Amino acid sequence: MPMNDAATENIAIRMENISKAFGAVKANENVSFSARAGEIHALLGENGAGKSTLMNMLSGIYLPDGGSIYVWGEKTSFASPGEAIKRGIGMIHQHFKLVDALTARDNIIIGPGGGLFMNKKELTKKIRAISDRYGLDVNPDRKVYDMSVGEKQTLEIIKVLYRGARILIMDEPTAVLTPQEITRLFQVTRNMREQGCAIIIITHKLNEVMEISDRITVLRKGASVATVETAKTSVGPLIEMMVGKRMDLGIARPSFQGGRVILSLDNVTVAGGEKKSALDGVSFDLSEGEILGVAGVAGSGQKELCETIAGLAAADKGRIFFDGGNILGKSPRDIIKLGIRMGFIPEDRLGMGLVASMDIVHNLVLKDYQQQPGFVLRRRPCVEKAHKIVRRLEIQTPDVSTPVRKLSGGNIQKVLLGREMDSDPRVLITAYPVRGLDIGASYKIYDLLNEQKSKGVAIIFVGEDLDVLLALCDRILVLCGGKITGVVNARETTKEELGLMMTGARQAATGGATGAGEAEAAGREGRGVAGESRRRPS
Amino acid sequence: MESFLIAAVAASTPLIFATLGELVTEKSGSLNLGVEGMMLMGAVVGFMAGFNTGSPAAALLGAMAAGAGGALLFAFLTVSLRANQVVTGLTLTIFGKGFASFLGQPMLGLVEPKSVAAFFSKKGIPFLEDIPFFGPIFFKQDVMVYAGYALTALLAVYMFKTKLGLNMRATGENTAAADASGVNVTAHKYAHVIFGGALCGLGGAYLALVEVPVWQSDVVVGRGWIAVALVIFASWRPVKAFAVSLVFGGLSILGLRMQSLGLHISQYLVDMLPYLATIAIVVVSAYRNRKGDLPPGDLSVPYFREER
Repeated sequence: MPMNDAATENIAIRMENISKAFGAVKANENVSFSARAGEIHALLGENGAGKSTLMNMLSGIYLPDGGSIYVWGEKTSFASPGEAIKRGIGMIHQHFKLVDALTARDNIIIGPGGGLFMNKKELTKKIRAISDRYGLDVNPDRKVYDMSVGEKQTLEIIKVLYRGARILIMDEPTAVLTPQEITRLFQVTRNMREQGCAIIIITHKLNEVMEISDRITVLRKGASVATVETAKTSVGPLIEMMVGKRMDLGIARPSFQGGRVILSLDNVTVAGGEKKSALDGVSFDLSEGEILGVAGVAGSGQKELCETIAGLAAADKGRIFFDGGNILGKSPRDIIKLGIRMGFIPEDRLGMGLVASMDIVHNLVLKDYQQQPGFVLRRRPCVEKAHKIVRRLEIQTPDVSTPVRKLSGGNIQKVLLGREMDSDPRVLITAYPVRGLDIGASYKIYDLLNEQKSKGVAIIFVGEDLDVLLALCDRILVLCGGKITGVVNARETTKEELGLMMTGARQAATGGATGAGEAEAAGREGRGVAGESRRRPS
Repeated sequence: MESFLIAAVAASTPLIFATLGELVTEKSGSLNLGVEGMMLMGAVVGFMAGFNTGSPAAALLGAMAAGAGGALLFAFLTVSLRANQVVTGLTLTIFGKGFASFLGQPMLGLVEPKSVAAFFSKKGIPFLEDIPFFGPIFFKQDVMVYAGYALTALLAVYMFKTKLGLNMRATGENTAAADASGVNVTAHKYAHVIFGGALCGLGGAYLALVEVPVWQSDVVVGRGWIAVALVIFASWRPVKAFAVSLVFGGLSILGLRMQSLGLHISQYLVDMLPYLATIAIVVVSAYRNRKGDLPPGDLSVPYFREER
């Protein structure tokens, strides 16, 4: 790969002193960045560091407030995404910009240009040519709504290449992929580099940065910190640049003391849309003082699992035992009284659990009022509780009477989690609790979960980041298409093994759903190695 | 029977224009509930232009311009200013009614000049009209009916076979995706809303110029609303829209026919049929969930590129 500093004509993209504000929020301030042809350049930073904003300006989605952009040495400004495409810039967005109702072929050719009529045969030939050249595979006649996440991403890449993009931007491309899909994606990315493309990968995952990139630019709080060559750096300094201070990225894992089984699912089946089951014969046991991780490709039944246990969704078959009694069919209120709490962080964060326009106190009252006698609400105890939670979880808020929606994402999540933990739950279900959080806040939440675990709370942790699941949980349950494809000991399994189970390519050695009990036994045996292990996401 | 079917095809023509107009509008992502209003505007301006000039071309152009004008107002408010589409559409309907009453008041009872009426008289198409049974029903009609056939076919080809049509559908399904692909989504929305409005105007003009060539106060009587429902029933497909419009055209004249046959069913009851059927199809449509029958994904969602 050409890495000649003197070759200025090799610089595909140069962005100088770029600024962009959304209202009062400065998303980018005097950011400078450049990428060469034939290199993979990682744009690294925490959530909210301004990576996507910066790249959205390069792809014409946002207009910069200040600064200049040079493409192949020529000063440019983009009034629309169409103009960026014309200059050979293609962006693969984190939330895919695909039309669900159309076929892959139609999605590829959307956009200006081309003749009046569409020539199916010729287009298919062109798509095949691109696919073969870069090692991509997609069926042109498949509708997007029938595709898996991996296929959608492949389609996005082909779409960008079809327009002849020489500068590719990928926004968090690995966020939703299995380890196997990530390996394949990286291979394709390297192929593109060989062909002389400039590739920019936005990410916050350090191990991936080290694996794939040639150079790294780190952003922090909307400003560019430094650009370094990957070969000349390591994880430690990168974290320091990202976070602004030294941090140990190990997650403590208190040993599992072995508690009695408190929650037990037996053959739980929930119907989904279109003849498929959202949950299919799910059985497992959960013990006190244990963190059970739930892994799976998005939409594999995680949401239904959480909602069924919490009583929000009805199961069609099976039984759920809590402390020996069947709770299936009980109302959410009864289940809450038993001590089962759920904190589900949906993608839009405010969708479930909190009322955005209410303040912290009133959001606490929402779960509290049933315990209060009488007709009139008493605010005072909740105000005290709110102060306690704000102090304990280090929530950044002007005061407890600020509407929740005015807080930042991380603080909203802390309010939600704080409320559920405060009620002394016996089972705590958390789904994606660190979604969109910065590193510091994420680790605070891991600590809080471990604190609950030490108190003997049984925890179900639905997660996305396999490194975190491996480091935090005692056992990991893998869902694929609503079925359990394995329950494994988190201390012994690998990401690759989890990846295979996530796609259903492999069942755990113990044999999937029916073997849940055995896997659990394996989990118990493995506990000897537990206490001392402080894992680092490499 | 044959005479009933001939009349049914003619009666369905305003519905065909209005339904296709709303279909194009919705397919590009805008829910314009002002169909009734735009039809009325087209009717009154079309009648007025025809009456004053005696030229059928002027009447049709006037009707299209009036419908397009209403739609342009809608597009400006909803696309550029991102106003709520439902409220804006309802307002447009109310505006259209007032507009038609205001302009039409002095014309009440006036009759369209002969030159215009002659242009819209029934003329058979050579050879095709000789096809047994179908010939007289479909090919011994007026020029607007034929225009309806052509429009249906052209729209189907445009929407599903051309690049522009694909970009238009992408805009309606997922505006952000179309925009990121370089489609000028604002231009697409404006163009299709305005074109749809022009078609609605033509549909209204048919009622005032061809069906009853005398100006009456409310010529549209809810057909605009039926068109909105028919778009749903037709799953946003032009050919299906044509077919369901035919059925509803038949329903709308059923009352008259039954009376002439000497059947003594309350006329009011029979007149209710198209509206009852509309309610029925909206309910039935709500239970369909085949993915191909779903409304455009971003229907009635305002789009702002820099939204976070």
